[in-house]
Amino acid sequence: MSIPKQPAPAAAEPLLKVEGLVKHFPITKGLLRRQAGAVQAVDGLDFEVRAGETLGVVGESGCGKSTMGRLITRLLEPTAGTIAFDGRDISHLGVAGMRPMRRDIQMIFQDPYSSLNPRHTVGTIVGAPFRLQGITPEGGVKKEVQRLLELVGLNPEHYNRYPHEFSGGQRQRIGIARALALKPRLVVADEPVSALDVSIQAQVVNLLDDLQDELGLTYVIIAHDLSVIRHVSDRIAVMYLGKIVELTDRSSLYAAPLHPYTKALLSAVPVPDPRRRARRERILLTGDVPSPISPPPGCRFHTRCWKATEVCKQQEPPLTALLPGHRVACHHPEEAPTEAVREGAPA
Amino acid sequence: MTTAPTAGGAPTSFLEVRDLRIHFPTDDGLVKSVDGLSFRLEKGRTLGIVGESGSGKSVTSLGIMGLHTVGQYGRRKARISGEIWLDGKELMSADPDEVRRLRGREMAMIFQDPLSAMHPYFTVGAQIVEAYRVHHDVDKKTARTRAVELLDRVGIPQPDRRVDDYPHQFSGGMRQRAMIAMALVNNPELLIADEPTTALDVTVQAQILDLIRDLQKEFGSAVIVITHDLGVVAELADDILVMYGGRCVERGPAEQVFHAPQHPYTWGLLGSMPRIDREQTERLIPVKGSPPSLINVPDGCAFNPRCPYADLPKGGITRTERPELRPVPDAGDGRPHLTACHLPQQDRTRIWNEEIAPKL
Amino acid sequence: MFAYIVRRLIAVIVMLLVVTLVTFGIFFAIPKLTGADPAALYVGKQADPATIEGIREKLGLSDPILVQFWHFVSGIPAGRDYSGGGSSVHCDAPCFGYSFRTEQAIWPVLQDRLPVTLSLAAGACVLWLVGGVITGVVSALKRGSLWDRAAMTVALGGVSLPIYFTGLLSLAVFSYGLGWLDGEYVDFAEDPGQWFAGLILPWVTLAFLYAAMYARLTRATMLEILGEDYIRTARAKGLREPVVIGKHAMRSTMTPVLTILGMDLGALVGGAILTETTFNLPGLGQAAVKAIGDRDLPLILGVTLIAATAVVVANLVVDLLYAVIDPRVRLS
Repeated sequence: MSIPKQPAPAAAEPLLKVEGLVKHFPITKGLLRRQAGAVQAVDGLDFEVRAGETLGVVGESGCGKSTMGRLITRLLEPTAGTIAFDGRDISHLGVAGMRPMRRDIQMIFQDPYSSLNPRHTVGTIVGAPFRLQGITPEGGVKKEVQRLLELVGLNPEHYNRYPHEFSGGQRQRIGIARALALKPRLVVADEPVSALDVSIQAQVVNLLDDLQDELGLTYVIIAHDLSVIRHVSDRIAVMYLGKIVELTDRSSLYAAPLHPYTKALLSAVPVPDPRRRARRERILLTGDVPSPISPPPGCRFHTRCWKATEVCKQQEPPLTALLPGHRVACHHPEEAPTEAVREGAPA
Repeated sequence: MTTAPTAGGAPTSFLEVRDLRIHFPTDDGLVKSVDGLSFRLEKGRTLGIVGESGSGKSVTSLGIMGLHTVGQYGRRKARISGEIWLDGKELMSADPDEVRRLRGREMAMIFQDPLSAMHPYFTVGAQIVEAYRVHHDVDKKTARTRAVELLDRVGIPQPDRRVDDYPHQFSGGMRQRAMIAMALVNNPELLIADEPTTALDVTVQAQILDLIRDLQKEFGSAVIVITHDLGVVAELADDILVMYGGRCVERGPAEQVFHAPQHPYTWGLLGSMPRIDREQTERLIPVKGSPPSLINVPDGCAFNPRCPYADLPKGGITRTERPELRPVPDAGDGRPHLTACHLPQQDRTRIWNEEIAPKL
Repeated sequence: MFAYIVRRLIAVIVMLLVVTLVTFGIFFAIPKLTGADPAALYVGKQADPATIEGIREKLGLSDPILVQFWHFVSGIPAGRDYSGGGSSVHCDAPCFGYSFRTEQAIWPVLQDRLPVTLSLAAGACVLWLVGGVITGVVSALKRGSLWDRAAMTVALGGVSLPIYFTGLLSLAVFSYGLGWLDGEYVDFAEDPGQWFAGLILPWVTLAFLYAAMYARLTRATMLEILGEDYIRTARAKGLREPVVIGKHAMRSTMTPVLTILGMDLGALVGGAILTETTFNLPGLGQAAVKAIGDRDLPLILGVTLIAATAVVVANLVVDLLYAVIDPRVRLS
């Protein structure tokens, strides 16, 4: 490949900086329960999230995207690597050490049914962060909770209702209100809309959008749906078997993906247009994602890649910037993008 | 060809459903899961039924299979009325054991989650063999050969070995392939796929959609695909039926429904989903509110509380009178395109062309 | 799988050692703490000081508790001699202790009593399993029907009524009132007919309690299983309803039932105290009651060990059975 390597454009100090992040879940076996292997859920991630942007993380099941979300919110302890939030290393902070950080980093979960305690009222759920942190907001907890409910588009008078009295979309709003209670700077959302009906998904996507504008939030949004990811993200990381294979801004990724996996993924998305059925070219990947317990050597995608050669089986391609701000981990990236696309890519 | 007559003789279509109603009495009230649904389907064609949770789309498919009541042990029985004609036979008035004998042989079903839809304690092969032997008087060995043959056909590698695996030893995509093999083992003429790819990854979804399309060509069966995903129906369906609140709000050729949709709910669905095949839009156009409870379906048009155009027709008719399915004039190639909406045709055409289409 | 079994067996042995140590510790250390003379406890109140001193020496009661424990444990496979005070008693292997009250080794007593308890448990188990599961399945299939409500009401009664009530009631009616079935317990080898006749009432009484619990468990499990997707699939294949229920649903329903069954059986072998007492069956439970009354510490220790072994082994068997039933356990 003759694409010159260029230094990435200098950016402002990132809000979140992740280097060499690894999470292995050990598997034990045999009489003495020796460690026989590990689920290499996340295996060496490097990325940063800039203040005010939305980083979308997309990939198929087993690619480690949810584990990554739990690592950067420190619900899990990393096996190796560092996570720096606002310049401070939080990789191995204990529960006590994380408590003040919890104000700045919040998480929204996928399932609006199981992530809310059915025995607590909405007021209790949304107000819980205040109690846990020992904070009394201006005007009292109740007033603040009602303000939050209104912010996410719920009726503040429903303060005393229970989660089961709300629909799925409304419950997801409750989860969002809870996450926003302490005015976090970073919100990590793991599949925030995938459990919702289509017509409700759009409401929640728009809400997340509005809240970002209004509160200056930084998002990491994890999802398997490439259309949703494209809609919400500024930059996108594509993950495959515990690794980032491509990381770039949204328009470059969708207009000119460089990694074969990204290309295949995009071509597989069913498009709601019967006219395109006949004339679209689709790259059909064969087989399934290999097991993260024994990922293939070299490039992890080589077992399903139509471009794989000998080098792919032996050497792991590093994630390098082939174009400014466009990092790819591939020995045989797609052709250099055409002029038209380059114009489309923001500087 | 307009709305089906409620009391006619045997139809000429392969499958015809007439005024199907399935209501479940519960402690909270009567759940009107399906409330007057009619459609027809020919062999070799695919009908896509689209709707959100609680629209009645899955109950419809269970109703056709005669599976809506079995399993309702001792509870208050579902109330079902209407006609279901399959290949010249009316199923609703048929003897339940006769319908059972059609199940799996003439009509088969693929379910959403292949892991929970297969019995965890029996091998994949045993489950396919069982499906074959209910309807064919053959010995186990012959049935096993048939099972291996079908696993091979749906693309399971080393089928003679994998036939003895248990479902949990298969990956998600392979399980769905095995499920398809099980459904096709008796060469059914009607195949119902209920959210066949919802539990799968995108790349695997593409494989399964391709497989279903190929198999339909090969077997020439009639297929009903039930899904909430407009992308999936656009990939597979010749005709589309949009369900809302237990009723059909729009039905027509796929091309028409996607490119000249008539019902505001269809517009809402199209506007709600981010699309990868179009220019990036700044904002999605959501449908306000949530889907109705099937116990308290709103009076008039069920969609009226969520419809931005509910006040356009005169006299508040949208809130009092339920709109009937009516044909849309000059709709494409002669196949009927119907919609149940009180909006006058010219308003609908104008709103779609001027307000909705440009924003998609 | 092999490694798993070996690991489980090691765990069983460790578990039993711990149970023994704890029981041993309680029985042998508490008299010391309360200031009573343990040696005196072993012979009874009217013994003279010389005899007590002899017992103390025989049992090594002055040794540290771990040494005593070692003597006890090593006696199990090897047998043991109790000597001191000028006399010596031999206890054959397996030696589970020696009662100086009754001047008997413990093991023969346990050996004598265990078959009675096993007969009681096994027979009752068959009855309650058949009765409970059938009732539960029918109730589930006819949910909300008159049968279901009646069966569940009776089951509620069965669960709430104590054994001594139902037992005495059945004795009063069938044995004293009608004069049927008033035989004493005899060994199976001696007279199978009499063995059977003597056990019918205890079986039914005990089974009634458990059948009630199993009916409720089976009903709840069956209802849950009937809602599973794979039952819907079985029906969609066109299987006949009896096959759907009998093959597909039953196989899954039996899993939790077997789990509970293993534990219940284990616990019962330790002694169905109430049943044995009510019906005067010379089983382990009755022996335990008697031993407690007599403060016969070695016998209590012996019965406790048998009970603990039964529970631990039953658990192991259930876990292994699980692997047979559920391929997901077997293969991972």
